[in-house]
Amino acid sequence: MILDGKCPKGPIQTSWDRHRFDLKLVNPANKRKYKIIMVGTGLAGGAGAASLGELGYNVEAFCYQDSARRAHSIAAQGGINAAKNYPNDGDSIYRLFYDTIKGGDFRAREADVWRLAQVSNNIIDQCVAQGVPFARDYAGYLDNRSFGGAQVSRTFFARGQTGQQLLLGAYSALSRQVNAGTVKMFPRCEMLDLVVVDGEAKGITVRDLITGEVRVHTADAVVLATGGYVNVFYLSTNAMGCSVTAAWKAHKKGAFFANPCYTQIHPTCIPQSGDHQSKLTLMSESLRNDGRCWAPKKKGDNRHPNDIPEEERDYYLERKYPSFGNLAPRDIASRAAKEQCDDGRGVGPGGRGVNLDFSAAIKRVGENTIRERYGNLFEMYEKITDENAYKQPMRMYPAPHYSMGGLWVDYNCESNVPGLFVLGEANFSVHGANRLGASALMQGLADGYFVIPYTIANYLAKTKPGAVTADHPECKKSVEDVLANQKKLLSINGKKTVSEFHRELGKIMWEDVGMARSEETLKDALKKIPVLREEFWKNVKVTGSGAELNQQLENAGRVADFLEFGELMTRDALHRNESCGGHFRVEHQMPDGEAKRDDENYCYVGAWEFKGVDKEPELHKEPLTFENVHLAVRSYK
Amino acid sequence: MSHHDSHGMNLVLHVWRQKGPNEPGKLEQYEAKNVSPDQSFLEMLDEVNEQLIKTGGDPIAFDHDCREGICGMCSQVINGVPHGGQERTTVCQLHMRNFKDGDTIYIEPWKAKAFPIQRDLIVDRTALDKISQAGGYTSAHTGGVADGNAILVPKPSADYAMDAAECIGCGACVAACPNGSAMLYTSAKVAQLAELPQGQAEAAKRVCNMVDALQENGFGNCSNHYECQAACPKGISVKFIARLNREYQKALFK
Repeated sequence: MILDGKCPKGPIQTSWDRHRFDLKLVNPANKRKYKIIMVGTGLAGGAGAASLGELGYNVEAFCYQDSARRAHSIAAQGGINAAKNYPNDGDSIYRLFYDTIKGGDFRAREADVWRLAQVSNNIIDQCVAQGVPFARDYAGYLDNRSFGGAQVSRTFFARGQTGQQLLLGAYSALSRQVNAGTVKMFPRCEMLDLVVVDGEAKGITVRDLITGEVRVHTADAVVLATGGYVNVFYLSTNAMGCSVTAAWKAHKKGAFFANPCYTQIHPTCIPQSGDHQSKLTLMSESLRNDGRCWAPKKKGDNRHPNDIPEEERDYYLERKYPSFGNLAPRDIASRAAKEQCDDGRGVGPGGRGVNLDFSAAIKRVGENTIRERYGNLFEMYEKITDENAYKQPMRMYPAPHYSMGGLWVDYNCESNVPGLFVLGEANFSVHGANRLGASALMQGLADGYFVIPYTIANYLAKTKPGAVTADHPECKKSVEDVLANQKKLLSINGKKTVSEFHRELGKIMWEDVGMARSEETLKDALKKIPVLREEFWKNVKVTGSGAELNQQLENAGRVADFLEFGELMTRDALHRNESCGGHFRVEHQMPDGEAKRDDENYCYVGAWEFKGVDKEPELHKEPLTFENVHLAVRSYK
Repeated sequence: MSHHDSHGMNLVLHVWRQKGPNEPGKLEQYEAKNVSPDQSFLEMLDEVNEQLIKTGGDPIAFDHDCREGICGMCSQVINGVPHGGQERTTVCQLHMRNFKDGDTIYIEPWKAKAFPIQRDLIVDRTALDKISQAGGYTSAHTGGVADGNAILVPKPSADYAMDAAECIGCGACVAACPNGSAMLYTSAKVAQLAELPQGQAEAAKRVCNMVDALQENGFGNCSNHYECQAACPKGISVKFIARLNREYQKALFK
């Protein structure tokens, strides 16, 4: 099937405005008759639920955490982009659009990216009105900084906690709607199935994580804002509870999964310290504004970094990419770090690390200024490593951080299952094959505040409210299926823990489907994953019962889904016989080691249709056309 | 990869176990063996749980999510101190190098009237959400707001608001307070929005509604013990409580 993203035709500059005019409306008196389910309360879900509630819809919002404020958007540190051009340094909507298309290595839809760049400015205004304490200059104006992958300063920030502050802004808007009675919150509830009736999304089945109750919630439309899937690698910068489960359940009910192989490995994370490690911690990319990446020139040089003289250091990013230097995009910076370590010039435990050195910046602007800019990050680094980064370089290594792939959606953020909308990281839409820094927060809030309130009306206007109730056979079947799956997990009573399986899967994914992939490693993974999955269903040990708070059971369900999803991700990486952005196939590289795209054969979105576990999924393609940005080799030199 | 296996620590844990909100609870003893100093406190507990699962025991339920000190989910009283007593540190950021071989560690949940225990170390903190719902916002509708630079915020005010806004809503302040008061949590939001021009229009209504919600949701009163500030993993200052009191007084005379 050739998929149609239903993007507006004609000049891109007016595409969103024209499209908004073409969308159907639901009149104010009718809005209260519609019920909308929002799954996830991060930037996209929180902003979306609040905005839909404000419009007068009945919203039910779900999150697995104990409060909407804890969604993992909260951990984003660096900032949020907008095309305000406040610093007068040449920014514009067009430039943000251009940078994002190029940064994504020409694998995103132009129209979606244009809209993102356009509404980016509204986001800043909205957040300021909510009282988000963005950094200000002494005249009281909003402050900006530069960020990886951009040559202008367009990033707005709130110390090193921008995600937290933006999420608390969305949470405050959401709280206001809870108080107003338009949004009903269901914390500690995990979505375990999508209810599809006559081909349309009409509800979800959830498990109450406190009581263990499994029940169905029906609605006129379902919106997923459930984040990304990089916990498939086991070790990542995601929160422990982040999973592919909601998206995967929707996929199994018919929603196409697009570009699952596009994963972002973030260049600046604290290296792993031992086998006990449960997660990895990111250090904001903004550190690369003042920190210089280097590795010793000599292999196996294990002198203290401060004892290695200047001429024996290789500032490899500055050497390889003189115009972007330490601000090269994430995929490029990550691979460069890996190269240094593979070459035997890594630092720290196991040689899996490079230095990020602030000594020059401290000399230039003083330790106090550096503390003001990144104090909380230096503090966090010291807590984890017991090292003082004001006195010696930080050690950094890349870690899985973000998924550019996700459920396929059209320009309205609607999946191929009518009535199922997908926002934020959970969809695939704007970042192409690589996401630029400070763009995730922008997308989450754009989708939640400024896209879904318009586009969902177009669907609802064509739907009769309240058509499906909980006594519908599909609802009953969904609950039965979830209970049966749970019973199966609890009855295996094998020898290995859920975490052990997750670690093993993670190891396969990291080694075979990680930063560098080849036909050989991918084919190897395609053999290993089903074997591990089979073993899981025979030998996992899940204690306790379903009718109680049971964290092992929760985790078992998530790992079971990762064991299916990991295979799809690998298959997608194998089929995409080119390198682009975060998807690096070692067979396809330029003589200098850069990613080599194949636009003739792979300039499309690959969207997979589920055909059954252990069955080959079917690939559908959505061709990508570039009318406003010239398809070109991405260069940051 | 560093290996501390040869000189890992052995610890004795006393952990609060409770099946449900209405069940009796008690401290039970466990051993944590061969603990690496580079492990986080929660990774040490993960390991204890793995052993419990394998030996047919019941793993300890505890809240955690981001494990980088920002989501506010983790909530344990360690040796009598919420988050374990290392300055400005959540449980998830507490590392085992702060303990010694042979140490005995007591691990309990947040204990406060407003936070019923759900299971083991997990408590119900929806009462904190209720305070936010009562007024922790500006009533800015999505869309139709002024340009971000149309509202000038003096840098000291922006910094002050940010200091207050750093609260992660974990509830350690409540757990540390002898009265079980959520005054520090509430005051941080009141102060943030009262300081900013955007929050002025509703300042009086906000502080009154939030203080009312404090009382309605089972929190005690503040009697200036300042245990909250000492326990706060983000170092939120009690000066915001003074600000709340001032805002409240101002509001009463409006």
